Amino acid sequence: MKEVVQYVIDGISLGALDALLALGVGLIFGVMRLVNFAQGAYIMLAGYVLFFTISASWAVVIPLTLLAGIAIAIITERVAFRPLRGADGSTLMVASFSVAFLIQSIMITIEGSGPKSIPIWSFVSESIKVIGLQIPVLDLISIGVSACLIVGLWLFLTRTRTGLAMRAAAEDFQMLRLLGGRATRVIAVAFALSGLLAAIAGVLLFSQTAVVGPEVGTDAVLIGFVATVIGGLGSVQGAALGGFLLGALTTALQATLPNGLSAYRDAFVFGAVIALLVFRPQGLLGNRADAERVV
Amino acid sequence: MEQAQATKPTAASFNFGREALRRAGRLPLVFALTVGLVVLCLLIGQYGSEELKTTTVTGLVDLIMVVGLYTFVGNSGVLSFGHAGFMAVGAYASALLMIPILTKGALLPALPTFLANASFAPVPAALTGAGVALLLGIVAGIPIVRLAGIQASIATFSFLAIMQVVIGNWTALTRGQMTMTGIPISIGVTEPLLWAVVAIGIAYVYKQSRFGFRLRATREDALSARSLGISVGRERFIAFVVSAFIVGISGYLYAREVGSFSPENFYLEITFITIAMLIIGGRNSLAGAIVGPVVVSVLLEVLRQSENSSLPVTIPNGSRDIAFGALTIIVLILRPDGLMGRRFS
Repeated sequence: MKEVVQYVIDGISLGALDALLALGVGLIFGVMRLVNFAQGAYIMLAGYVLFFTISASWAVVIPLTLLAGIAIAIITERVAFRPLRGADGSTLMVASFSVAFLIQSIMITIEGSGPKSIPIWSFVSESIKVIGLQIPVLDLISIGVSACLIVGLWLFLTRTRTGLAMRAAAEDFQMLRLLGGRATRVIAVAFALSGLLAAIAGVLLFSQTAVVGPEVGTDAVLIGFVATVIGGLGSVQGAALGGFLLGALTTALQATLPNGLSAYRDAFVFGAVIALLVFRPQGLLGNRADAERVV
Repeated sequence: MEQAQATKPTAASFNFGREALRRAGRLPLVFALTVGLVVLCLLIGQYGSEELKTTTVTGLVDLIMVVGLYTFVGNSGVLSFGHAGFMAVGAYASALLMIPILTKGALLPALPTFLANASFAPVPAALTGAGVALLLGIVAGIPIVRLAGIQASIATFSFLAIMQVVIGNWTALTRGQMTMTGIPISIGVTEPLLWAVVAIGIAYVYKQSRFGFRLRATREDALSARSLGISVGRERFIAFVVSAFIVGISGYLYAREVGSFSPENFYLEITFITIAMLIIGGRNSLAGAIVGPVVVSVLLEVLRQSENSSLPVTIPNGSRDIAFGALTIIVLILRPDGLMGRRFS
């Protein structure tokens, strides 16, 4: 029984991280139809900022890291993605590979390609005892932070003017402009938010792994993207649900697969993703009209 | 040469004389590019340094992969992240058939007997490897072609991730994460060049076939195409299988030219670089699938040489990758539809 509860907490914590990744990726995809692989580079950059500043107080380190995430997201939008607005989705995506590659190369030139270990604050690796269970503090932080961000983002999108404009942009970008919506600002805000989400996900991720290298972000973006699509594009709840589900499934398989098969865990996860898409192409909470199946 | 630009379907498109002329104008472009490629590679094969030859061979392997990718992505408009999986299968399958029997016994003691005793010449090994990739294309294609747009792309990525896990853990057949070695290496530009011509030929024949035309019709407007009785899923499936075969050939060549590889050689890096090559060249045309890899390979080689200061302009160490990233962004901003634009040939 204890083990089960432990696994459930692990699953929720991993899912919370995946949900954060999915929210960042889904936000930009919704507004711009861009699969932003540079999101991984934002996460990586946040990791390096942590690495450089970790010796200072956390009250300095965390704001700096988040600011760095926001700044890099806004810069890449201005330099690379704004001139490409309206281009085909695949062109945008390749441009985002290039941006990610560029940031990676710059980091390699500065810091070398080897992984750097981050001496992360000791309190996050402690656990607290609750009714005989060892619960890692980090899991609690991940779950709490993600929950706040999901609710916060949902409130922002539904209760503020900019959020409304953002949802309008995701629905029909041309129409938003025709109605006098400030399209450029909306996109810039979306990027700033995705940079913030990436930096927060980065802080949580690196608190767990304590290692940063030039290539850390790529897998994270892919996971985030898979989560967004299975959750349902264009919905915050969908992205969050997709993230949690992916995390839960991964943990559940980890716990239940027999020894010989546990190495194949990810194959089962991705097999389930394909099956889900075939039966529900619009994702779990997506709108039917968003994705008709071909046959 | 007549510039065969894509035109909106107007009344003039139904003028058959003009249509025939435009078609005639389209043929020489791919043809001329192929001839240019052959001449360039033969010259390098004859006069180039060993380093340059290696780069050329790598470039040709990439080119075949991109031509295969184009066959599906270009004609259907659905982006695939999964084709490196077919490259992996082509490489592993043909390697298992080509490695000398004694070496194989030492490397892979748990191999099934029929594979342990198999000893194929390169060409049959290539065709078998590509054939296995084709069979896998049939299996993977069934669910993937049922999906549209971004969902299909996620499904192809899932396929790639599954392939990584399976290849990385099926130790009896693939040595798992360990490097696969012992493949008789062929060094030379001629063989990959011949295969590149074969790949372009297959892609061209497919593209000009009724299947290719139907699939491109679904790319331009799926609903109209369906109203004309075209089955989107069926046409995509055919392209997917053909492209799996072509990409399988590139896998065989990878095995044969590099001689050793492990699963990670067929994962994200090759996926990203080949997609970038296709998009930079121009995803809508076979010409783009030829131009993209050539331009990217030449660019990388020039940057590499200027880093080694063997060119008049020397750039500081480590700036090659930075320059490459920046240049691709600039190219995409200037030519968002790729170097070949919205050309259809």
